Amino acid sequence: MSKVLVVAEHDGAALHPGVARVVSCGLGIQPGGLDVAVMGQDCAAIARQAAGIAGVSRVLCLDRAENARPLAAAQAPQLAALAQQGYSHLLGPSTTFGKDLMPRAAALLGVPQVSDIMSVEGERRFKRPVYAGNAVLTVEAPAERIVVATARLASWQAAPEGGEGAVENVVLDVELPDHTKWLELKMPETERPDLQSASVVVSGGRALGSADNFSLLYDLADHLGAAVGASRAAVDAGYVSNEMQVGQTGKIIAPELYFAIGISGAIQHLTGIKDAGVIVAINKDPEAPIFEIADIGLVGDLFSIVPELKAALEDS
Amino acid sequence: MRKILVTLKRVVDYNVRVRVKPDGSGMAVEGLKMSINPFDEIALEEALRMRERGDAGEVVAVTIGGDESQQQLRTGLAMGADRALLAKCEGELQPLTVAGILLEVARREEPDIVIMGKQAIDDDCNQAGQMLAALWGRPQATFASEVQLDGGSARVTREVDAGLESIEVQLPAVITTDLRLNEPRYIKLPDIMKARRKPLEILSVDELGLAAAPSLQPLGYEPPEQRQKGVLVEDVAALVGRLRERGLVN
Ligand SMILES: Cc1cc2nc3c(=O)[nH]c(=O)nc-3n(C[C@H](O)[C@H](O)[C@H](O)COP(=O)(O)OP(=O)(O)OC[C@H]3O[C@@H](n4cnc5c(N)ncnc54)[C@H](O)[C@@H]3O)c2cc1C
Ligand SMILES: Nc1ncnc2c1ncn2[C@@H]1O[C@H](COP(=O)(O)O)[C@@H](O)[C@H]1O
Repeated sequence: MSKVLVVAEHDGAALHPGVARVVSCGLGIQPGGLDVAVMGQDCAAIARQAAGIAGVSRVLCLDRAENARPLAAAQAPQLAALAQQGYSHLLGPSTTFGKDLMPRAAALLGVPQVSDIMSVEGERRFKRPVYAGNAVLTVEAPAERIVVATARLASWQAAPEGGEGAVENVVLDVELPDHTKWLELKMPETERPDLQSASVVVSGGRALGSADNFSLLYDLADHLGAAVGASRAAVDAGYVSNEMQVGQTGKIIAPELYFAIGISGAIQHLTGIKDAGVIVAINKDPEAPIFEIADIGLVGDLFSIVPELKAALEDS
Repeated sequence: MRKILVTLKRVVDYNVRVRVKPDGSGMAVEGLKMSINPFDEIALEEALRMRERGDAGEVVAVTIGGDESQQQLRTGLAMGADRALLAKCEGELQPLTVAGILLEVARREEPDIVIMGKQAIDDDCNQAGQMLAALWGRPQATFASEVQLDGGSARVTREVDAGLESIEVQLPAVITTDLRLNEPRYIKLPDIMKARRKPLEILSVDELGLAAAPSLQPLGYEPPEQRQKGVLVEDVAALVGRLRERGLVN
């Protein structure tokens, strides 16, 4: 019977919404039990949140000063030690947190990693995207070895609340390296919803032309209660900051409604949005590849269309 | 002076659209344009800038792959690497195997910094750098968008989902690059000529005597689900109408 350990991502105050999605992926393996590991400092409240996810059997709380900030160098050895206590699968999210941490843990365990699980085909058999989403590969992890993997969040629904898992404190006798020091985290101030969990996202591309012009999209987004995203070209040009990038090397998202405004639709961008419910494209070039996948397209100049759209949405 | 090792992977050029072979056994890559993985080009550029600033002495480019990968190493030499090393082996390589081979190379070369791409754009694994750091027992600074060297340590700004995080790592360390770290230089014709005379060493991986790392077994490739092409609407009113029909806006 397989037994799954899910690594919880959190920011010290709250559980990351992706944890419930990774739990869904883990439950897809139909395990005999699914535990969540919370590594942090004073993380009892976060552990209780994790225990409230349906399907979670136990939450293991690794409370220690070195876990105040998520450093892979310190967390991977703890995770590897914990995973060896009877788990068949170790799962994390395909976020920058999980991408940093999980391969380090996998290498310590001496096993390969399955990145970005889209679907579970069997206890050790998974589908994952390769070549910027141009293909889906089915892989089988080696038998009799622990399976280490990350779950592609956009492929999984969050497991519902209503769980009643037990919370246990765990003390591991693992020596941690001191060669890595956390210095700071700069987060841009925004009141807008989080890009990865928002149900509506308004994204802009190079066509916006300047940081100032992005205010057109902020206005529209605020009216819709939407998050704002961007193409890499817009980020590179300095119109917006990096955490807004959507795509192969940015965030993979699955909102119900996605607006691609002045974005051409390069494959690296499309791979970040192909699970969106409805894609709306606004582009002045009728041949732009974005129209090949958009559900609703409007050809024209964004600088007149976007204000018009906002006005039209206002009179209702 | 610091010695820097840079890894270069040979991949299908990012501008080329790769398709699944009709029988699903792999990707149809024969005859396609091959290049250095874009993130690895950024890694090399960063190393060259370190050397040009006087922060580093030698820059060594390493590739693991078949003879054809010499092409990418020659490109790396033309960009400015001092010498190149091909760890020769055939077949599909997974990140754990790559990390194991790189560990051997790191033991021989004793670099102060290994700069790698965060992700190879073919397998999209995003693992090899972290795995090397683990096997080597050294720090990792992944998804770097800025690197500052100071004595025996590096201060690295990392692109994380929440924003920009800074960490300090003691050297030797593994750094993996994000796209905004720098913009790689163009190669000039005379540099290509010069590169022909730079040393390119070939090392047989079999001779390293590595135990085979456990690996994932590929069972088959399939094309992704295609989204249906939708409709073009005439104007904003029609767009809003469609959105309201579907209950997506008020
Ligand atoms: C390794 C690698 C990884 C990458 N990862 C990503 C990624 O994660 N995300 C990503 O987005 N990109 C990524 N890219 C870059 C990608 O290849 C494209 O270069 C990028 O997405 C283009 O951004 P864009 O559509 O904003 O710009 P462009 O391609 O320049 O498109 C601008 C569009 O705006 C339209 N336009 C211009 N003016 C107007 C107007 N007034 N009104 C309406 N429309 C107008 C034009 O017709 C055009 O279609 C990556 C590239 C590489 C090599
Ligand atoms: N065969 C290889 N030769 C040299 N470097 C490689 C090879 N495979 C992977 N790498 C390096 O590891 C990084 C991450 O690869 P991956 O984990 O496969 O996404 C790449 O950007 C390269 O820098």
